[in-house]
Amino acid sequence: MNTLHTLDSIDPKITARNVSVYYGEKRAIDDVSIDISPKYVTAFIGPSGCGKSTFLRTLNRMNDTIAGARVEGDIALDGVDIYKSGMDVVQLRARVGMVFQKPNPFPKSIFENIAYGPRIHGLAASKTELEEIVERSLKRAGLWDEVKDRLTDSGTALSGGQQQRLCIARAIAVEPEVILMDEPCSALDPIATARIEELIDELRGNYAIVIVTHSMQQAARVSQRTAFFHLGKMVEYGKTSDIFTNPREERTKDYITGRYG
Amino acid sequence: MSDPATLSRDARIAARLNRRYAAERRFKALGFVAVLFSALVLAFLLVTMTANALGGFQRAELRFPIDFASGAMTVDPAQLEGANAMQVLEGAGLKDVVAFAASQSLGDAGAAELPDGAWREVGEALIDDPSRLGGTFQAALPASDDLAAALRKDGQPQLRGLADQLAAQGKLVTAFDWGFLSRGDATGPQDVGIWGALKGSMLTMLVTLLLAFPIGVLAAVYLEEYAPKNRWTDIIEVSINNLAAVPSIIFGLLGLAVFLAIFPNYRSAPLIGGMTLALMTMPVIVISGRNAIKAVPPSIRDAALAVGASRVQTVFHHVLPLALPGILTGTIIGMARALGETAPLLMIGMRAFVASPPDGFTSPATVLPVQIFLWSDEIDRGFVERTSAAIIVLLLFLLVMNGLAIYLRNRFEKRW
Repeated sequence: MNTLHTLDSIDPKITARNVSVYYGEKRAIDDVSIDISPKYVTAFIGPSGCGKSTFLRTLNRMNDTIAGARVEGDIALDGVDIYKSGMDVVQLRARVGMVFQKPNPFPKSIFENIAYGPRIHGLAASKTELEEIVERSLKRAGLWDEVKDRLTDSGTALSGGQQQRLCIARAIAVEPEVILMDEPCSALDPIATARIEELIDELRGNYAIVIVTHSMQQAARVSQRTAFFHLGKMVEYGKTSDIFTNPREERTKDYITGRYG
Repeated sequence: MSDPATLSRDARIAARLNRRYAAERRFKALGFVAVLFSALVLAFLLVTMTANALGGFQRAELRFPIDFASGAMTVDPAQLEGANAMQVLEGAGLKDVVAFAASQSLGDAGAAELPDGAWREVGEALIDDPSRLGGTFQAALPASDDLAAALRKDGQPQLRGLADQLAAQGKLVTAFDWGFLSRGDATGPQDVGIWGALKGSMLTMLVTLLLAFPIGVLAAVYLEEYAPKNRWTDIIEVSINNLAAVPSIIFGLLGLAVFLAIFPNYRSAPLIGGMTLALMTMPVIVISGRNAIKAVPPSIRDAALAVGASRVQTVFHHVLPLALPGILTGTIIGMARALGETAPLLMIGMRAFVASPPDGFTSPATVLPVQIFLWSDEIDRGFVERTSAAIIVLLLFLLVMNGLAIYLRNRFEKRW
């Protein structure tokens, strides 16, 4: 089965090999191996509690903050093991950004929300440079035209969809190589969802994007690679078109066709 | 006509609904009565206190003119510039001049009721404005405690006649006593002031705040954000909760046994008092701080960590600013309790008679609640009103302190 994890001829951005995650005694992820391509949007799908979010959080070590969580196996970013001792988690998270399920802007101004990351990493040498970064990030997140006249307003005063795009802009502002998205549209209405999906499509190619989603339609719309998780195992990984039209595994087919999940 | 079963069911529902509404009305009325009761108690307390305190902020004053122009005393105004101006005036016989003017105006019996040190107030007025030496000065000096009591129809009967007579002439009046707010403690109710205790309280509270707030907040941050959840942190948590419930006099004993053993020369000092009260206040701040930090949504921490903030940056840039209003609320409660605390300070010697306001953190002092306790213990009836006045000062101090904290809290309050 291992050979199946490498689908593309180009070097993968992230390689995970035999990864298992434990919460205390409970095993949440069981022996997952996968290559994440730098060029494509990769979707993780599967029923609730299958471990797809857990696995996503191992990719930038956000699981470190959960007491009792333990990761086995190897995860490498550009060939460098991110769980090796001496790995700087702060630097890792600057390279692997994350967008969460619920929009979580800081209760600060829109400008401060974007400027915070560049500022703590020292990316801007001057105030004008910082303002450029903020403008560029907001433009890339497709939010600039809506907020350019009220950058000093609180980020929490925006609508849900705008807040989520603000969070994406915040992640982009630190120039990450990978963006992890944990069900970014589950708290949004269909119009805002469509807007985020467009945005993901625009960002593709510049960043490796991994998105966890409950919605199979969404996975089909935005991703080029899909991994199906079930009960902590990765059942199947392949081109999105193959997974949805011609799944190899019976369980994948059952889930896709709505037999369960 | 209609089905009896349905009718009775509707009637049952109607009856039940009425009972529900009645219960709701009863509960509302009970709540209102409870609020009304506490408001009345508070109003009663404030009204009686204020009524008493109005007398406490006043004193009986003897008023008479002193004619400096007649040349009974020769002083060069230039000599009143220096630090020993009072000695110059004393050497020039100011005391006798005042006594003479008093007996001229008030009679010998009246002049006898002028306290020994009263001439110093005239001296201070002259030092303030030496040009007064060229004219007639209208002196308003405190009457003796006995005469003040007689004016209240109290104390020695033989003085009441004199008091009535002087009062009728407008020479003995009750006037607002600004000096009450600037003097220290004294033996007689006419001469006491609250400034010594007020300053002692301020210094003590400052020490308490400077120690308890940073230590309490850092402990709360460590326990919430860093400490692993294990048996040791459980024990620490239980200990802190217990510490908050320890009777305050025990903290006084601790201060006596530990702090005064280390700094034996600082007995009665605001430094030691503040350290003792800080022990008592810290657990309150730790507990409220932990709750406030716990209430910060985890999504904010995730957001900060995900853009690459370190743990310390996450805590200081995001978690603490959001938790600050809650921490400040706990600090208000803890500081208010510390301000009103008497028992632990008795143990470390802050109940001593201290006549001069403290110069600094290490000079002997007393604090407002201890001063109130001391004055309430005095025999002289004049102290009753002074005690009420001191209570009002304590309450105002509390109000200012809490007002400041609430202002700060509202400034930092943010919504998410």
